[in-house]
Amino acid sequence: MSWIDFEIQALAIVVAVSCALPGAFLVLRRMALMSDAISHSILLGIVLAFFVVEDITHPLLILAAAATGVLTVALVEALHRTRKVKEDAAIALVFPALFSVAVILISRYAGSVHLDLDAVLLGEIAFAPFRRLELWGMDLGPRGLWMMGAILLLNLLAIVVFYKELKLSTFDAGLAAALGFSPALVHYAFMTLVSVTAVGAFDSVGSILVVALMIAPPAAAYLLTDRLPLLLVLSGALGAVSAVSGFWLARGIDASIAGSMAAMAGVTFLLALLFAPDRGVVAGVRRRARQRLEFAGVMLAIHVLNHEGGPRARAENRVEHLQEHLRWSPDFARKVVRHAQREGLIASGSGGELHLTALGREHARHRMLH
Amino acid sequence: MSIGELFSLLLFDYTLRTVALGTAALGAVAGALGCFAVLRRQSLLGDAIAHAALPGIGLAFLLTGSRATPVLVLGAALAGWIGTLFVLWIVRSSRIREDAALGIVLSVFFGVGLVILTFVQRRPTAAQAGLETFLFGQAATLLLRDVLLIASLGGAALVVLALFWKEFKLLSFDPEFGASVGLPVTRVDLLLTSLLVVAIVIGLQAVGVVLISALVVAPAAAARQWTDSLSVMVVLAGFLGALAGVAGSMVSSLGGGIPTGPTIVLVASLAVIISLCFAPRRGLMAGFLRERGTRRRLRVDAVLADLYALAAQHGEATSHAHPVAVLRAMQERRGGLERSLEALESRGLAREVRPGEWCLTKAGVERARTLFLPEVAP
Repeated sequence: MSWIDFEIQALAIVVAVSCALPGAFLVLRRMALMSDAISHSILLGIVLAFFVVEDITHPLLILAAAATGVLTVALVEALHRTRKVKEDAAIALVFPALFSVAVILISRYAGSVHLDLDAVLLGEIAFAPFRRLELWGMDLGPRGLWMMGAILLLNLLAIVVFYKELKLSTFDAGLAAALGFSPALVHYAFMTLVSVTAVGAFDSVGSILVVALMIAPPAAAYLLTDRLPLLLVLSGALGAVSAVSGFWLARGIDASIAGSMAAMAGVTFLLALLFAPDRGVVAGVRRRARQRLEFAGVMLAIHVLNHEGGPRARAENRVEHLQEHLRWSPDFARKVVRHAQREGLIASGSGGELHLTALGREHARHRMLH
Repeated sequence: MSIGELFSLLLFDYTLRTVALGTAALGAVAGALGCFAVLRRQSLLGDAIAHAALPGIGLAFLLTGSRATPVLVLGAALAGWIGTLFVLWIVRSSRIREDAALGIVLSVFFGVGLVILTFVQRRPTAAQAGLETFLFGQAATLLLRDVLLIASLGGAALVVLALFWKEFKLLSFDPEFGASVGLPVTRVDLLLTSLLVVAIVIGLQAVGVVLISALVVAPAAAARQWTDSLSVMVVLAGFLGALAGVAGSMVSSLGGGIPTGPTIVLVASLAVIISLCFAPRRGLMAGFLRERGTRRRLRVDAVLADLYALAAQHGEATSHAHPVAVLRAMQERRGGLERSLEALESRGLAREVRPGEWCLTKAGVERARTLFLPEVAP
């Protein structure tokens, strides 16, 4: 692994973690698609600021871009508040319009703007190590790494300092307002944070893949835990894992690094969706199968209890008859009997007839009454 | 170039005519089908479908080696459709909400698409040139056969829309009732979503994956302001979409490197702004005028009430005049006293006995009696 590879991965990790932290709150606040809107419309801020300062590395660009992000949020809300359009439509109206203006400006003045439209969507993380930060003749590393590192620190600081406010307004906006925290203030401050993060990440991974890094790792983490601090840590960790594995995937097949990072974030999410211990799809299937079996075991016990000692007990309480009377398939009937035997509810006699154990009898009686 | 020349170009210039026809057909289909997306609060589903289509385009090219539009459109449609199924699956099988599911599908599919496209581009054969036009779209690359493809696929989608009109309407406004009368909700939902997929993928070449969703949402959102009838809304949205398409192609044909897709989106956005402001009943302007009218009427009634109260205190309701200063003192800063008095006078409810002194007329007393408390009657 060359030093350049190392720098790219370091940047990828920093970008992924700084996106995942505010992303966790976006997912919890059900505003995931605000990240899509913001990451597109910040382009307008960058273009306009560029026209003013004519320097693509000027810090004003970041400020203007972040301001456009907040403007997007405000516009969406203003449009939504007229009650003439729903919130989803408001988002879908605002950011394409702002993005279109930016694209037209770039195309119109393509000659003078060193902004590459492809780079806007794809990001240029592979070139990041070539843009160095030099102070007093010393090489201090990639400029992007410094900027993104500062944004990561800002995110960490904001979340640690305003943890209580963010948590409260996220989970119970009404209570937050009643206790005197202004939800609007928290909301806009938070959206500023999202905008700043999107601007920083935009340079590396492009406007659309920012969304993947902001939403997919926190959504995966959300399936793994119910505790906010753990959710934040897991989001960051899964983001970092996606970044590094994405980098090596891209290396392996010689494809876009940012695209691979997004793809790996998707894989991470898919794995969590399928295999999360409690909330995963597989766990759900197994839980339902087990519940079905347990319920059927009790049914069986009740059935045997019903006929116990009756005139037709020998005929009824056999595995073969269960198919007919409980409408179970032969396979399922055998499975239930095995389950019930394992649980100690049922014992089978020499002639294949089923008997209740003492435990099974008690169980069946109890379940019939409750 | 004058406007007249531009229109003659639209009729006689082959390229512009082709592009305008294509974008108009596209706008009409996207606008009409977009109505259902907007009404069902699925405006951002279009965005997700469009982004999710990208890996389909890349894979279609990778597998067939063909850059023919129908092949790429088929790949895009399949991928977009799979993307929507993913969104549904995620929402149904976990506690992830729709917004996050849309965001994940949108960005991850797009990422996978980029991986495929960059992978394709770095292979030695250079036949892949032009796949990037799908990112921002390039209407100028539309050929007559592309336009025919847009028109035939879009036309087919509109025919299906007409055939299942009742079902789609029921699904959009009251799916629970629909289910209770035996509507196969899931299947109808899938069919409608598939139509949306068609509307989006036929637009990718001209408008691009990033902006096509705006062409689905904006005409519908604009049309919604003018009417409460679904059929009128769908027709109007189709018309606005087509208009945006033609206007966008014309503006970008003026030269100066203005791309078509963003121009179409801006024209459609302009239609939304105009509709929001000036639509007759739902518009902001209409609302403002209505509110002002109500406020003014209430102010006039308040002055009538004041005159009535004075009459109750002083007797001789129709002859004892009261100075404007008194009325102003009773007004509590409502403002517009002179105008309200004139309005009362013109309606024959009050008269100016001497300059600056007013009292009720007989009709005014009657009117006040029906409006206000009878127990303070003079």
